[in-house]
Amino acid sequence: MAELERHDNRLGIWGWLGGGRWGVERYAYILHRLTGLGILLYFLMHIVVTSLRARGIYLWVEGGFFHRPIFKLGEFLVFAAFAYHALNGVRLVLVELGFAVGRPIDPVYPYKTSLNVQRPLLIAMMILAAIFLAAGGYEFLGLAK
Amino acid sequence: MRETKYWTWHMAAGVVIFFLLGLHMLIMHLGGTTHLFAPFGGEAVSKVNSVFRDGRLFFTVTYILLLGVALYHGLYGLRTILFELTLKPIVEKLVTFVFVVLGLGLFGLGTWAAIVVHAIAKTGARG
Amino acid sequence: MPESAKTVREISFHVTRYNPENDRAPYIKTYTVPVHEGMTVLDGLHYIKENLDPSLAWRYSCRMGVCGSCGMLLNGHPTLACNTQILHIANADLTVAPLPNFEIIRDLVPDLAIMFDKHRSLKPYVVRTDEAEINDPAGEFYQSPEDLEAYLQYTYCIKCACCMAACPTLATDARYLGPMPLAAAQRYNEDTRDDGRRERNRQTGRAYGAFRCHYAGECSRACPKGVDPAKAIQHLKRRLVLDYLHLSRRKKPCAKLHGPGQGKPLPNIPAAPAKTA
Repeated sequence: MAELERHDNRLGIWGWLGGGRWGVERYAYILHRLTGLGILLYFLMHIVVTSLRARGIYLWVEGGFFHRPIFKLGEFLVFAAFAYHALNGVRLVLVELGFAVGRPIDPVYPYKTSLNVQRPLLIAMMILAAIFLAAGGYEFLGLAK
Repeated sequence: MRETKYWTWHMAAGVVIFFLLGLHMLIMHLGGTTHLFAPFGGEAVSKVNSVFRDGRLFFTVTYILLLGVALYHGLYGLRTILFELTLKPIVEKLVTFVFVVLGLGLFGLGTWAAIVVHAIAKTGARG
Repeated sequence: MPESAKTVREISFHVTRYNPENDRAPYIKTYTVPVHEGMTVLDGLHYIKENLDPSLAWRYSCRMGVCGSCGMLLNGHPTLACNTQILHIANADLTVAPLPNFEIIRDLVPDLAIMFDKHRSLKPYVVRTDEAEINDPAGEFYQSPEDLEAYLQYTYCIKCACCMAACPTLATDARYLGPMPLAAAQRYNEDTRDDGRRERNRQTGRAYGAFRCHYAGECSRACPKGVDPAKAIQHLKRRLVLDYLHLSRRKKPCAKLHGPGQGKPLPNIPAAPAKTA
């Protein structure tokens, strides 16, 4: 066999996303953190902005500073983040309190773990999130009247 | 065991937020479909619809409740993420202090605003 | 040479090398290894050591997935070198690196002492409060098959540290106890003979304890023995919360069997022969 050149181990964009080495729960965990941080950032500003209405300042209504398409898009992203974070959060509450992971079993190869037990719940929650996202998107695009 | 207490209430707060923020999102982002609590039509966030909700005690109470639990849930979550970066103990104490002050400050601001707008809306409705 | 021992392919092993006496940082060295059917990564490393580079260091003992010494990062997966067929995971290239989240002692040898310190801090043994009974036992503890099943899965842990290498929290949080010690804590918490749960709760319920687990699930995916540390940690958290809320059911004291020779034999079992010594 010809001598192999030094292998370029970079996997490109696919590697950026984990290269398929990680499981779906790992990605769910990362997305849960990112959406949580996004929602918190929005929420802290949201408290200040909405509190201004006590002084009669409504920045988000027609003609206000935040009544621009870019902020509408931002709000839709917050809605999407919430839909994911909330529904994945339901799964996490059930899992982390030991309800959706199953009882200890005798490990027989090929091993089935608690990941397999909670996977249907994860899938159901993601389908629900997708439905809410579709409904929110329908509204965001101005299709609902 | 202190962390057990904080984490238990972090979970409980998450469940409360699921329902209250879920309702909030149904009103604000799915209003065109659900037409919830926006009797004046148009955008759910329009001034007349906002004032309508501010005038109802249910909204004032749930705004304050949601404000409190969401601040706790969010800031505790961020604190967890920051602490997982292996901070120095003094930095951890500082982060906790800043978050407590920030949380209480914003809770005070939001509560004050919710009560003031409730009063304004009530007066407006009467006058 | 048997049919199965014919070289199927040459595989490039990209092995992380590091000698603290000479190297400032780890680097990767590539070795070409002729691979035959049935050859494990551990066999490949032996081939390198015997034929290409005798200075390569790694840790191993049983070469059959029992001792837990040869955990390493193979193509990015933390797993046992002895338990992994080269041809199952590599076509032309195989990266072999030491387990991450630990300091490297040399080449592929991680320093696992920190993991064992955490493990020890959780009292991974049956803790009893009745000292008199321990010193002068009146009989054997009895466990039903159901009692056993509540923790049996977690006893298969071989402390190979693959879960610790896979854990995303441990990648940044040096103090987090980690999946292996927490699963061990749950194994003893669920043991009916044990009285040490509340003592362990003081450690597992702390800031760097069980609540640093967010169920990314990597530990259970990595575990070469099917121990499922993620499941153990979730049950541990549940118990911590129930203990905090005072909702835990009172534990029944572990039943005891009669002392030796005091039990009632079944009718159709013949008596033991007389002692000869």
